[in-house]
Amino acid sequence: MKLGAAIIGSGNIGTDLLYKLRDSASVEPRWMVGIDPASAGLARAAALGLKTTYAGLAVVIDEIARDGVAIAFDATSAAEHAANAALLERAGIFSIDLTPAALGPYCVPPVNLRARVGDGVSDVNLVSCGGQATIPMVAAVTRVQPVGYAEIVATVASKSAGPGTRKNIDEFTRTTARGLERVGGAKRGKAIIILNPAEPPLIMRNTVHCLTESEPDRDAILRSVAEMTEEVRRYVPGYRLKNDVVFDGRRVSIFLEIQGRGDFLPEYAGNLDIMTAAATRTAEIWAEAKQRETAPGRGAVS
Amino acid sequence: MSLRGRSVTLHDMCLRDGMHAKAHQLTTEQMVAIATGLDEAGVPLIEVTHGDGLGGGSVNYGFPLHSDEEYLRAVVPRMKRARISVLLIPGIGTIDDLRIAVDAGASAIRVATHCTEADIAEQHLGVARKLGLDAVGFLMMSHMAPPETIAAQTKLMESYGANCVYVTDSAGYMLPDDVIARIGLVRSGLRPETEIGFHGHHNLGMGIANSLAAIGAGASRIDGSAAGLGAGAGNTPLEVFAAVCDRMGIVTGVDLFKLMDVAENLVVPIMDQPLRIDRDSLVLGWAGVYSTFLLFAKRAEERYGVPARDVLVELGRRGTVGGQEDMIESVALELAAQRRTQ
Repeated sequence: MKLGAAIIGSGNIGTDLLYKLRDSASVEPRWMVGIDPASAGLARAAALGLKTTYAGLAVVIDEIARDGVAIAFDATSAAEHAANAALLERAGIFSIDLTPAALGPYCVPPVNLRARVGDGVSDVNLVSCGGQATIPMVAAVTRVQPVGYAEIVATVASKSAGPGTRKNIDEFTRTTARGLERVGGAKRGKAIIILNPAEPPLIMRNTVHCLTESEPDRDAILRSVAEMTEEVRRYVPGYRLKNDVVFDGRRVSIFLEIQGRGDFLPEYAGNLDIMTAAATRTAEIWAEAKQRETAPGRGAVS
Repeated sequence: MSLRGRSVTLHDMCLRDGMHAKAHQLTTEQMVAIATGLDEAGVPLIEVTHGDGLGGGSVNYGFPLHSDEEYLRAVVPRMKRARISVLLIPGIGTIDDLRIAVDAGASAIRVATHCTEADIAEQHLGVARKLGLDAVGFLMMSHMAPPETIAAQTKLMESYGANCVYVTDSAGYMLPDDVIARIGLVRSGLRPETEIGFHGHHNLGMGIANSLAAIGAGASRIDGSAAGLGAGAGNTPLEVFAAVCDRMGIVTGVDLFKLMDVAENLVVPIMDQPLRIDRDSLVLGWAGVYSTFLLFAKRAEERYGVPARDVLVELGRRGTVGGQEDMIESVALELAAQRRTQ
């Protein structure tokens, strides 16, 4: 049986999530929560058979819980997430936060999702698009040898950077840098974001520079990077290495291009796609773990 | 066109844009000596930071010899009249960096974005204005958008709190008519008290001509650099521009001979390479590529055996913008791989 899910936020991200969840074998979208009666996202969700509201989460939280929703995705804004997280926790609903609020612990699926699911936390945060794209690569190097400093440059098409990102671009650099440290395992992290208005819009590019503390073990790093790339490609098929990994003294540089799946958002918006894909992946792994816990004949995992 | 009697504020760049040409390795002693000389010559505004602004120290842009704070704390207390400005590129530096710079004595903040992305500067300009600083918006690569777009973007910056906005020719691509078209339209859209500035690069040898065109169209702040020290073929050489202003009766308030001496005695001797319009910087201006890419492209040529000119032309073709230094190595790798398979 699929676990029920609610999507909070009816914008482009919420809609792309809805499209991805429709294909899921373990999660079923049942609700979309918005605040705008004229929202095209809510209309689309209703047409696809979801229950919808434009009255906000507080008004419908009890009804959502009664409908057996176990997972909620917050695709609103950092400012709104705190209130949403409190409502969801009280209702016993696991929340996956796509905003930059960073209230709950960071989750980057191929690096620490299994550990997060085991933690029993009620709210996980997905860092940032640049974080989802680059932290796996930093982790691929740090699992081989210590990295004193990791730096990433994320370049996204201007059209794919929404007003939230633009109004608080410092939040991106700070949150991503922290993610490089806490999840990526680098001792110090720095993040840079560039918006490029070229037409046709460019596909998201990321460059990851790691400075290793000792001479880099090339073969081990190349193997680790290749394995990690495959891990990410399981849920982001358009995740690709560009060029060979560069080794220059203790600098290890990895060039990435991320093409979105084009579910609802355009293909160039790999930065948005990797967020909705990571959210979907997180929900599915969590749902599978829950179902194992409650499977007949097996006690709950403590 | 007579500009006689017009008054302009000169803003020296050699301790910020010049950091590009020095791979960000100026010593604090060199900075203090040059800034002191410029101050004595009456240059009213001097920019000091990493070439890519506050927080620019990185693998991608190069690590500086000292932190922005160390440079500022060395230079600011030595100034008698000049004010010190800092550059901040949102996406690279943050408001935390801005506050550190203000604590260290910076009194003008120039918030720089690509010419179509002014809305990422809202918070930074707002904070600069709230702190009572000289809040300046700086539209990089202004040749890449039409005059109407540039005018609209400067209005956004004005609405965020900028008391001055810049049309910035980061690639040294513009010709005087391009400058006039942009600054003319910008002028007509802004409040009369909002100042307009122009920042040139000399890749096509147009730094001085473009700066004069800017003044004619309504600019009152002009960036230049003693001895031209700056990215690409350098900025508008400030002492040359001051001499031209003197001949034309434009009031700058600087002591021309003292400024010449700073350029000749303090800046030229510390150059890592002679500053001239060499083949690769000419390509920057011709193809409209961010001037800062110059030395990175030359290094890529050395490492990967692909001509810097080919790399720069390809970067121009792809519409790369300021800050995308990572694409230089990426393009060089791609071109090198193509050559191997040919």
